[in-house]
Amino acid sequence: MLHGYLPAILEGLELTLKVSALSLAIACVFGLIGASAKLSESRAARWSAEVYTTLIRGLPELVLMLLIFYGGQIGINRLADAQGWGYIDIPPFLAGVLTIGFIFGAYLTETFRGAILAVPRGQAEAGLAFALSRTQVLWRIVLPQMVRHAIPGFANNWLIMIKASALVSIIGLDDMVHRAGLAAATTRAPFTFYMAVALIYLTLTSVSIFVLSRVEARYSLGVKKVQF
Amino acid sequence: MDWKIVIDSLPLYVGGIRTTLVLLAISLASSFLLSVPLAVARVSPRLWLSRPVWFFTYVLRGTPLLVQLFIIYHGLAQFEAVRESMAWVLLKNAWFCAWLAFTMNSTAYTTEIFAGALKATANGEIEAARAYGLSGLKLYSRVLLPSALRRALPQYSNEVVGLMHATAIASTVTLVDITRVARDVNANHLLVTESFGVAAVIYFVLTFSLVGIFKLLERRFLRHLRTQSVGAAVARA
Amino acid sequence: MVRTLTAATVLVAALAAQSGAFAQSPDWAKIRIGVEANYPPFSQMSPDGKFSGFDIDIASAICAQIKAECTMVSQEWDGMMPALNAKKFDMIVASMSITEERKKSADFSDSYYDIPSTWIGKTGSFSTINPAALKGKKIIVTRNTPRARFVQDNYKESEVLLVAKEAEVTMELAAGRGDIGFGSSLAATAAFLKAPEGRSFSRLGAPVILGGAAQGGGVGIAMRKGEDALRMKVNAGLKAISGNGVYKTINDKYFDVNIRGE
Repeated sequence: MLHGYLPAILEGLELTLKVSALSLAIACVFGLIGASAKLSESRAARWSAEVYTTLIRGLPELVLMLLIFYGGQIGINRLADAQGWGYIDIPPFLAGVLTIGFIFGAYLTETFRGAILAVPRGQAEAGLAFALSRTQVLWRIVLPQMVRHAIPGFANNWLIMIKASALVSIIGLDDMVHRAGLAAATTRAPFTFYMAVALIYLTLTSVSIFVLSRVEARYSLGVKKVQF
Repeated sequence: MDWKIVIDSLPLYVGGIRTTLVLLAISLASSFLLSVPLAVARVSPRLWLSRPVWFFTYVLRGTPLLVQLFIIYHGLAQFEAVRESMAWVLLKNAWFCAWLAFTMNSTAYTTEIFAGALKATANGEIEAARAYGLSGLKLYSRVLLPSALRRALPQYSNEVVGLMHATAIASTVTLVDITRVARDVNANHLLVTESFGVAAVIYFVLTFSLVGIFKLLERRFLRHLRTQSVGAAVARA
Repeated sequence: MVRTLTAATVLVAALAAQSGAFAQSPDWAKIRIGVEANYPPFSQMSPDGKFSGFDIDIASAICAQIKAECTMVSQEWDGMMPALNAKKFDMIVASMSITEERKKSADFSDSYYDIPSTWIGKTGSFSTINPAALKGKKIIVTRNTPRARFVQDNYKESEVLLVAKEAEVTMELAAGRGDIGFGSSLAATAAFLKAPEGRSFSRLGAPVILGGAAQGGGVGIAMRKGEDALRMKVNAGLKAISGNGVYKTINDKYFDVNIRGE
């Protein structure tokens, strides 16, 4: 099966999934921070978030990955040298995950910002009227309701992120595409391996679309749908 | 910051910019031309028209562009039959392979965008057009498509910017675009800022130029959507 | 949702801790080696995900000799030097030629093999190889290597197709994307010309020597500038295995000729 390289490809798949899942988690964190910053009253916060999203959305993901992967490590090295900490290793896995998470955090910032804005202001006002603190209003009132509005944008970004994780093979991370390349070079059968990888990705995206539509249905319970 | 290296490598970057822009232009042109009829087919009630298009967009949007490019460039070359055929004259050229991959991928996304815009046409528009006796080609070319394309403009601008960013992937199949130049400079001189930093600045400028062009297009074609509140906002400012 | 987020953060922290930061021991008991894994027979990945090949065996032998625990890290040829510089690994064992230009960015061990370069093309396609004969033809060569420099400096009237790694030279040649390739003589014979795709190809003209071991060239192990302790250890290890027969065993496993180059 696949000239015996199937286990190696599946190992690469495991890495692809790990990278995607962790990047998603990190992207959510960056996204929430970014969205809060963009909606905050502090001009400095709004400005930094604006710079963050503009920079990331203005550059190709591949270039960002290369920039952060090489530049980031060198930056950490310089910092570690200056502080006398000795060498801090950033494993390629972590570098890849942080990079993708950082990049998609910018896209999620916009998604979350739009979703937060879609929650009626009355909800937050009522919360404040009940003497809940701003943080409590955010965590317990706005965020849970924001999820429903965020799901389409979130789903979109997740799908893009799975496919973008293929780019980490270019910075040498040993993921599915990288493994396929190595196998293809040794067996001289690139079509077989890249088709197999394409099929696996198609399965991943199909499953994701299905799961996310279920999640959207769950979170939209009780919401009146428009009748045509 | 070693400026000498930046200045020395500028001619290389100019060549890279030319490659990027040409690739963008040809892929954009072909994908736009293909997407319009495909979008019409996609929203057609006739399943034999809409199903194949749905499948096409489903597969191409569900797999990474990088993998699609590798299949076309490396994968097809594997087969003796392909290498002997007439198509090989085209397929052995890296430019053709990149153009084909980008066109197919972009067509898939653009078709969905235009189809969504067509589906969002106000019922009243279609009814009025039909009441005037318009149908078939006239209905689409005079009423539905102009309206839909205008509606699709914001999302389409995102897709175009995305395509420009995607051209960086062409650097993996021997095309010397901006990213390839940056990687070479980095490999030879080991300077990240001078290599990727310059590339980043160039992409930034290109992105903002594209966004600016689309803002102008929006101003012209979506003029009818600007409401009075804009004026009120201006008065407030 | 809050709980999901907290769980996610904990998960991230846990995984990060697992992959672990590790301080480099000054005595080099642990070494990370950058390998290409995409250049048979020097470096390739087998179906079970293990690395094998001449480069891999030599690296393992040297490590065993200097009693260091070595981990192989696969890296795209494109980013080899930058990755070394960014401390992703401590040395490169990937058939990297020693050149004056590269010496500006890294220190090299003694050369551990040296083979000539060769022109490869369809059998009988070119009877003589010189700039005139190849005028207007497309030459395939790996970018950012001494071979690329040689072709670009001497064959100015020819089109040059620069590929990202050595394995792609024969791949693109087989695919018909160029008229002639310029690559390593042994990698060509050992892997490509013997394979079904390489049947109609052969080496053309005489082998070309580009800066052999005697002139301070050859293929060596790259390390960051200034890592003298590591370099001494590696050189000592290399010398030892060349003397005690380990090198010869590895050499004979892959090649019919002695490639040590001294």
